[in-house]
Amino acid sequence: MGLVVAGGLYAAFAPRPATAEEASSQQIEAGRQLFLIGCASCHGKNAEGILTKRDNNYGPTLVGVGAAAVDFQVGTGRMPLAQAGPQAPRKDPEYTATETSQLAAYIASLAPGPAIPDSEYTDYSKTTVEQLREGGEFFRTNCTACHNSVGAGGALPGGRYAPSLVGVSAKHIYEAMVTGPQQMPVFADTTITPEDKKNVIAYIKKVQSQPEYGGMAGGGLGPVSEGLFTWLIGIGAMVGFAVWIGAHGARVKKR
Amino acid sequence: MSTKDNGVAITEPVKDPGLPEHLPRPTDVDPAQARRSERQISAMFGIATVLLLAFCVAYFAIDRSETFLGFSASNFTLGATLGGALLLMGVGIIQWAKKLMGDHEIIEMRHAVASSDEDRAAVLEDLNTGINESGFGRRPMIRNSLLGAMGFLALPAVVMLRDLGPLPHDEDKTVWKKGMRVVNDVSGTPIKPSDLEVGSLVNAEPAIMYETDADGQPVLEGTALLQAKSKAAVIMVRMRPEDITPSKGRENWGIDGILCYSKICTHVGCPISLYEQQTHHVLCPCHQSTFDLADNGKVIFGPAHRPLPQLPLAVDSEGYIVAVSDFPEIVAPSYPRLAHDQKKLDEKS
Amino acid sequence: MTDTEYTNIEDTGLGKKAGGPVEWLDDRLGLAGMAKKNLRKVFPEHWSFMLGEVALWSFVVLLLTGVFLTFWFQPSMNETVYNGPYNPLHGLTMSQAYASTLDISFSVRGGLLIRQIHHWAAMLFVAAMMLHMLRVFFTGAYRKPREINWLIGVGLLSMGLVEGFAGYSLPDDLLSGTGLRFVDGLLRSIPLVGSYLESFMFGGEYPGDVIIPRLYMAHILLVPALLLGLIGAHMLLLVYHKHTQWPGPGRTEKNVVGYPMLPVYAAKAGGFFFVVFGFTALMGAILQVNPIWAYGPYNPSEVTAGSQPDWYMGFSEGAIRLMPNWESTIFGFTWSWNIFIPGVGAMGLLFTALGAWPFIESWITGDKREHHLLERPRNAPVRTALGVAGMTAFAVLWIGGGNDIIATKFHLNIYTITKTLRIGLFVFPVIAFMVTKRICVGLQRQDANSILHGYETGVIERTPSGAFSERHAPLPAEIQYTITTHDRLPMLEAPAEADKNGVAAPHSRAAKLRARARKFYYHGAVDKPTVEDVHHAEEHLGEIAGHPVELGDDFQGVSETGVPRVH
Repeated sequence: MGLVVAGGLYAAFAPRPATAEEASSQQIEAGRQLFLIGCASCHGKNAEGILTKRDNNYGPTLVGVGAAAVDFQVGTGRMPLAQAGPQAPRKDPEYTATETSQLAAYIASLAPGPAIPDSEYTDYSKTTVEQLREGGEFFRTNCTACHNSVGAGGALPGGRYAPSLVGVSAKHIYEAMVTGPQQMPVFADTTITPEDKKNVIAYIKKVQSQPEYGGMAGGGLGPVSEGLFTWLIGIGAMVGFAVWIGAHGARVKKR
Repeated sequence: MSTKDNGVAITEPVKDPGLPEHLPRPTDVDPAQARRSERQISAMFGIATVLLLAFCVAYFAIDRSETFLGFSASNFTLGATLGGALLLMGVGIIQWAKKLMGDHEIIEMRHAVASSDEDRAAVLEDLNTGINESGFGRRPMIRNSLLGAMGFLALPAVVMLRDLGPLPHDEDKTVWKKGMRVVNDVSGTPIKPSDLEVGSLVNAEPAIMYETDADGQPVLEGTALLQAKSKAAVIMVRMRPEDITPSKGRENWGIDGILCYSKICTHVGCPISLYEQQTHHVLCPCHQSTFDLADNGKVIFGPAHRPLPQLPLAVDSEGYIVAVSDFPEIVAPSYPRLAHDQKKLDEKS
Repeated sequence: MTDTEYTNIEDTGLGKKAGGPVEWLDDRLGLAGMAKKNLRKVFPEHWSFMLGEVALWSFVVLLLTGVFLTFWFQPSMNETVYNGPYNPLHGLTMSQAYASTLDISFSVRGGLLIRQIHHWAAMLFVAAMMLHMLRVFFTGAYRKPREINWLIGVGLLSMGLVEGFAGYSLPDDLLSGTGLRFVDGLLRSIPLVGSYLESFMFGGEYPGDVIIPRLYMAHILLVPALLLGLIGAHMLLLVYHKHTQWPGPGRTEKNVVGYPMLPVYAAKAGGFFFVVFGFTALMGAILQVNPIWAYGPYNPSEVTAGSQPDWYMGFSEGAIRLMPNWESTIFGFTWSWNIFIPGVGAMGLLFTALGAWPFIESWITGDKREHHLLERPRNAPVRTALGVAGMTAFAVLWIGGGNDIIATKFHLNIYTITKTLRIGLFVFPVIAFMVTKRICVGLQRQDANSILHGYETGVIERTPSGAFSERHAPLPAEIQYTITTHDRLPMLEAPAEADKNGVAAPHSRAAKLRARARKFYYHGAVDKPTVEDVHHAEEHLGEIAGHPVELGDDFQGVSETGVPRVH
C-alpha cells in the first residue's frame, strides 16, 4: 500500500505523461526513486541483481533488460512480486501507467535493451487476410505448444504454466515475445520480425474475439471439457429422463 | 437346514406376498384429468410442428455470418428448433404412455432357455443322418482335402494385404545434410548466430523445405514435405555457454551456446517446443516427457526413453547457421529395428 | 371406460383399406406368426434398464447425422488451398479432408449443427454403453444364460472405441493429426513387427497419404457394419432371453412382470429416441464441440497445449502418461515397453478382464443355474467391490490423461500429479475395494437387522419401572420379501486332499485355488436370516412390553410429540 501512496505522490510531481522514447533525465530520476523504494530490495540498489546464498537469483539483474521488460512485468502486475512461488502471476498492476514509464525509463537508461514497441507494431486493426493467415502460421508453430491453440494457456513442469492470453494487450504480448519473461523463451525481432509479431497478435486477437460459432466453448480446453460436458450434461440429462420414464407416477388409493 | 437348490422354497424366511394390487392413476378415474393430459400432449406435438416449420424458415432466413449471444445465429436457431421439436415429440409420446395408455403390468412366464432333451435328440439324429448321407466320415480323403482348401482360402486374403504399403525402410536418415542451412519455420529465412540472444528459441526446419528446383517448383511438397517435416523439424536455442554440459564428442556441436535438437519427441513423436529458457528444459505437451537441453537432451521426466537427438551446428561462409551432418541418432519414436539401425549409424561415423 | 368407445382396428376406415395389403404380406411372410409372440412381449420397467437404450438411440442418431456428413466430407489427404469464409485460414494449404470439414462447418447451412450433434452423440454413445455395462455388472445380469450377450456387449464397447477414434482422426486438424501421430508411435512400439504394421497402415512413412481414406472406410463401413450386426444380435438375445427383473413381490425366476411391448413399452422406447435425438440437437445448438477451425490444419511440426483424445480414450492416454520410461534392447531388437504396455496392454487388460469375468465368477461360485432376477449390489460384496476398484483404476488413468489441464486449472505441479497417480493406480483401487466391501456388508447387516428387529418407529415407550425403549415394528411384507430373495451363502468346505482310500484327488491344485477364491469371494458376507430366525424374531417383536405392535400399513413415523402419524 505504501508503494501505491508513494507512487501517487511521485505521479503528482510528474504531471506531463511521457513515453519511453523521449525519456527525460527528470523521468529517469523519478523512475530511480520509484525503483529504490519498490524494487531495489530484490533487484539491488543499482538493479545489479541479488544472489541468494546458493548463488541462485533472488532478484535477477535488470541491467540490459530494456524498457519493454519493465513495461511488461510491471504493466501486467507480475512485478512487484506478491509472494514467492513457482511463477509470478498476472494481477492488477501496482503502478500507474506514468510510474511504469518512469521505471522503464530508468531501467532503459542503465543499458540498451528491447524498447517498448512502437504502436505501429501493436495496432492490428488493419490486418489483411494474408497477414492474418501468416500470423496464424507463426502462432501455431511457435506459440500454441505452450499457450494452446486459442491462447487458453497450458501446463509447464514444476507447477509453472504458460499463462492464458485472454485479455492481454497487444503491447504486452509483443513485449513478452521480445523479452522472454520468466520461463518463456525470447522470440527476438531478428527471427520473428516486428511485422510477423504484429500478425501473430492479430491472429490471437481474431480467434479470441470471433464468435464461438458452435456455442459455449468450455474455455477452449478441448476434449477434457467436452468429456466433462458429456457426462455432466449429456449423461446427467439422459439418466434424468430415464428416471422420469421409469417412475411409477401418482396413484389413486381406493378407499 | 438344507441349502440345496431344490430346498429354496422351504428355506425362504419370508413368503412371496404376490404382486401388489394395481392402483389406478388420477387420469384413469377422473375424466377431467385425462382430458387435460390429452390437451397437454397434443399441445406438445402442435408446438413441435411449429418449431419444425421454424427450422425451415431459419434455414433460409438466417445468414451464416450472423451471430446471436456470441454464437452462430444459424447454428443456434437450427439446433434449438430441431432439438426443441424432437424433445417435445419424445416427451409427448412418453407422457401419453405414462398418463393415458393402459398401465396394467402383465406377467409373462419364462421358459427354460435350453432346448428340451427331445429336441436335442432329434437334432442329433438329423445331424447324424446328414453326416452319414454325405459320407463325411466315410470318405476322409474328400473331407480332408476340402478342409485343406478351406484353410488355404485365408492365404489370398492375407497375401492381398501385402500391398497396403511398402516394406519399412531404414529409418536412419532425415533430409538434413552436411552444410544445409537451419532456417526459420514458416518464413524460411536463414539464421545467423547473432540473431539469437541468450534465452532465444527458434522453431526451425532444414532449408531444403523452402528450396525450389530449376522449374520453380518446390523440391519437397505435399506428402513428401509432411514426411520430411515429421522427422527433420528442429528447435534451436541459445543459452549461456557455461550452462551447457556437453557429453564427450559433443563439445563443438553448438555455436557459443546455440544448440539444435530434434523437435520430434522420442516417445511417440509429438513436436515439442515447450522450452523453459531458465531451466533449459523442454516439455512434450502430449505425455509430459521432459528433456534437458543443457545436458545433451537427456530425459529427466516422463515416458520417453531416449534423449532428444542433437544436430551438430556450424557456420557457413556467409555466416549462416548450418548442419554439420544429419542427426547422429535416430529421430522419432522407437521401433523394433532401432537398436540395429543405431548401430549402423554409429559405425558410419 | 374406453372399452365402449373402442373400434377394432379391422373395422376402422384405415383398417379396411390396409386389410388387403396386410393379408398379401402375411401370405408371403407369415407376419402374424412372428407378431403373435412379440407384440405384447413384456418388458419390466426400471430407469436403469434404459441406459442401454440411450446407447442404442445415440447410435441411430450417429447413423442419421453421419449419412449427412458423408455428402460433403472428402476423405482425401490431397492438398488444396482453402478459400472459404473462415478468414484466419483463408489461403492456407491444407488437406481436402480438413478443407471439407471447414466447409461443413462454415459453408453448409446446418452443417456445423449436424457435425456437433454427431460428435456429442458419439461421446454419449460410448458413455451410455459404459454406464449400461456397469449396471449389468453390478446387478449380476450377465450370469447364465446371458454370458454371450455380455461378450457381445464387450465387443460393442471395444468397437465403439475404435469407431470413435477413427472419427476423431478424420478431419485432419492439428488435434486429430496429433492423435494419429500417437497411433503411429503405438504401432511402432509393437514388438518385432511394429515397423511393418506402421508401413502397411500408413502406406509408407508417417503420415503418408492414405490413412484418412482408410480410416474413413473403417469409420463409415467396416466398423458401423460390425456394430450394427452386434447390436442386432444383442437385441435378439435380449428378446429371446427376456429381460431380467428386480426381485420383488410376485416377481420370480420363472416369470417377467412389466408392460407389454405394444403400446406402453413401444411408446416409451420410441419416445426416448426422440428425447435422445432432441437433447443431442440442443447440445449441438449451445455447446461447441471440437472447433477444428481453432486447431488449424495438421502439420507434423505443430502441436497445441492440451492435446487430448476424446474422453473415452482418456484412460489409455493416462496410462501412457503415467508409464515409466522403460525401453530395452533384447536380441538386437528394441522393445518399447513405455508405449506397448500402457498402449496395447491397458486396453487389452480392460477388455480381457471384462470378457472373462462372468466365467471367472461362475467358476468361483460354482453356480450353474439360470438367473433372471437381478442381484442387489450389496448381496455380492466382492463383485461390487471389485467393480468399484476397477472404476477407481479407470478414474486414476482418466485423471492422468488430463493431468496438464488439471495442473493449470488447480495450480498444481504436473510432475506431482503424475507421481501421485503412479502410486495411486495401485493403492486407490485397493482402498476402494475395502471401503466398498465394508459398505456392502454393512448394508447386508442392516437388511438382516430390519427383518429380525423390524424398523425403528421413533415411538419411545416407558415401562412401569421407568425404563425407556424405542418401539420397533415389522417392515411391510413386500419389503421383507424383496430384501430376502437373494441366494443363501454356500457352505465353504476345503476340497478333499485325498479320497477315503488315500488316493490323491485329481486336479487338487486347481481345486485348492478355487477353494481359496471361494473363501475370498464369500468372506465377510452376511447371510440372510433363516426361517427359524424369523419365527423367533416374530415372537420377540410381538412380545415387547407385553403388547403386540400393530402400527398398521399407513403408519408414517411419529410427530415431534410422539403421536403416530397416519394419513
